[in-house]
Amino acid sequence: MKILVCISHVPDTTSRINFTDNNTRFDTTGVQFIVGPYDDYALARAVELKESLGASVTVLNIGTADTEPTLRKALAIGADDAIRVNAQPVDSYFVAAQIAAQAREGNYDLILMGRESIDYNGGVVHAMVGELLGMPSVSPVMKLDIEGGIAKMAREIEGGKEYLEAPLPLVLGCQEPIAEWKIPNMRGIMSARTKPLKVVEAVPADSGVQLKQYELPPPKGAVKMIPADHVEELVRLLKNEAKVL
Amino acid sequence: MNILVFAELSEGKVKSNSIEAIAFARALSKSVTVVVMGKSDEESLSGLGKYGAVKVIWADDDRLSAGIIQAYASVITQVFHAINADVLVAADSSLATPVAARAAIKLQASLATNVVEVPQPGENLEVKRGIFTGKAFARVILSKPKKVITIKKNAAEVKEHEGSATVERFSPQLNDADFKIRILSSEKATGHILLPEADIVVSGGRGMKGPEHWGMLEELARVLNAATGCSKPVSDMGWRPHHEHVGQTGVKVAPQLYIAVGISGAIQHLAGVNSSKCIVVINKDPDAPFFKAADYGIVGDAFEIIPKLTEAIKAVR
Ligand SMILES: Cc1cc2nc3c(=O)[nH]c(=O)nc-3n(C[C@H](O)[C@H](O)[C@H](O)COP(=O)(O)OP(=O)(O)OC[C@H]3O[C@@H](n4cnc5c(N)ncnc54)[C@H](O)[C@@H]3O)c2cc1C
Repeated sequence: MKILVCISHVPDTTSRINFTDNNTRFDTTGVQFIVGPYDDYALARAVELKESLGASVTVLNIGTADTEPTLRKALAIGADDAIRVNAQPVDSYFVAAQIAAQAREGNYDLILMGRESIDYNGGVVHAMVGELLGMPSVSPVMKLDIEGGIAKMAREIEGGKEYLEAPLPLVLGCQEPIAEWKIPNMRGIMSARTKPLKVVEAVPADSGVQLKQYELPPPKGAVKMIPADHVEELVRLLKNEAKVL
Repeated sequence: MNILVFAELSEGKVKSNSIEAIAFARALSKSVTVVVMGKSDEESLSGLGKYGAVKVIWADDDRLSAGIIQAYASVITQVFHAINADVLVAADSSLATPVAARAAIKLQASLATNVVEVPQPGENLEVKRGIFTGKAFARVILSKPKKVITIKKNAAEVKEHEGSATVERFSPQLNDADFKIRILSSEKATGHILLPEADIVVSGGRGMKGPEHWGMLEELARVLNAATGCSKPVSDMGWRPHHEHVGQTGVKVAPQLYIAVGISGAIQHLAGVNSSKCIVVINKDPDAPFFKAADYGIVGDAFEIIPKLTEAIKAVR
């Protein structure tokens, strides 16, 4: 089985978000970048499937050279080889088109990624890749087993779960608890240095979406504290001031 | 501008977030057609006229009663062409968002998800969408002739008018290749208000000490007609089901009122609640970071405050 895991390179979840250049660029000053947390779940499940069923795991990132540490980390976690499409990931369609182009070359049985990237939160790349490749897509997948070429899955729906199955090949957007995040060990880190990392150029893709400007939400007003023995006062404020009751 | 809205059904009725999508479309244009799939009834569908739908196209084929993403995208694309639409609108959900994304590829349309407000009508729509999990917004221009937009909760105000929509049945061209996925079964919390759709959310964290103490939060939720939520460790430990987990890696909520009890307010939790209109924090630690993101706060022991708060609310409701 051949598995492709697509990983995003995103600001750590604790990052403060700021913009520069007249609010047209994300300010990366002091920002720590990580493997997208949802992509990390996808990668962890891919490595488990490799261990239990035998599979090759390729990781793919669309990004400039500064994302290579993120790819090396994925290799250290257990992927066999890596591909970097050398381009700024401008939006969902652009990224999906790059993944689809790589997937066509590699003929993968399973294409895994996170349910969404935590920076631009499109949440649609898996569906777009599925559509571009003519494959079914499922997201957010919280349980995945492969039996005789059939994927058995649970996905989260509003207020519950749905159980489904589909034949491979498939594109899946993943989330917890599909697997536990894996931390690279020393052996993994050493071997990651020599695993193959191929750099390829992007295919043209025009999404027809242009960024105009970023905005931050207006600052929150000060909190009003209410003494613990005055809960009626809270109820009164919620009713008459905030008007939410 | 001709707008097609994809509305989702639940037990034959149009879901409340899809009604918001109709209101969103109506705020952009007078020419609003709605497409629904699966089992419903004429009366519910013609009732969508109240929210601004002129026509409802109903594909009631049996094979469409389950939400099969590929098949839905194909049907929507057929309807989009049939009515010569310019824009497709849907409300973000585990079904509608991927359906919209697939339709956008088929239509070669510009796509924006997570849209938070109604844009100015025009040839190139400029939409505002949430990014960095609610920590920022991006204004983007959709420049292709066809556009697909999915909206977040509260992106449009629902207003009721006089009027009823004409209902037209539609027999789509269905393709077996779109039905490779089989839905075997589903589990859904019944009798509860769904967290993503709730106007009030009562959420508990590790400060609740254990699942056996959730009764008091459920009682508070019951008197408020609220949904219950929780922090990530609470669902990780299995105190509450995963679909109640709020935050960066869980459900993003946008209620009128979010009541956080025994939750410290880690940045990853805040990412899921920062679109709430009003936030109340109850925590015994006066330095809990959540107070900085709150509108109202009480420092104290949840086990004493929650029963009192429940009584105080009962007294006014
Ligand atoms: C990549 C990543 C993603 C994450 N995603 C999420 C996410 O989506 N959602 C999420 O919630 N977390 C997420 N987390 C975890 C997050 O960082 C915090 O660990 C978590 O939110 C803390 O949960 P908590 O507030 O319930 O627990 P704690 O931080 O332990 O807080 C418990 C609080 O309860 C208070 N308390 C204790 N006893 C009482 C009492 N009797 N009465 C009143 N108050 C009391 C304490 O003062 C404390 O403030 C994520 C972390 C990472 C690294």
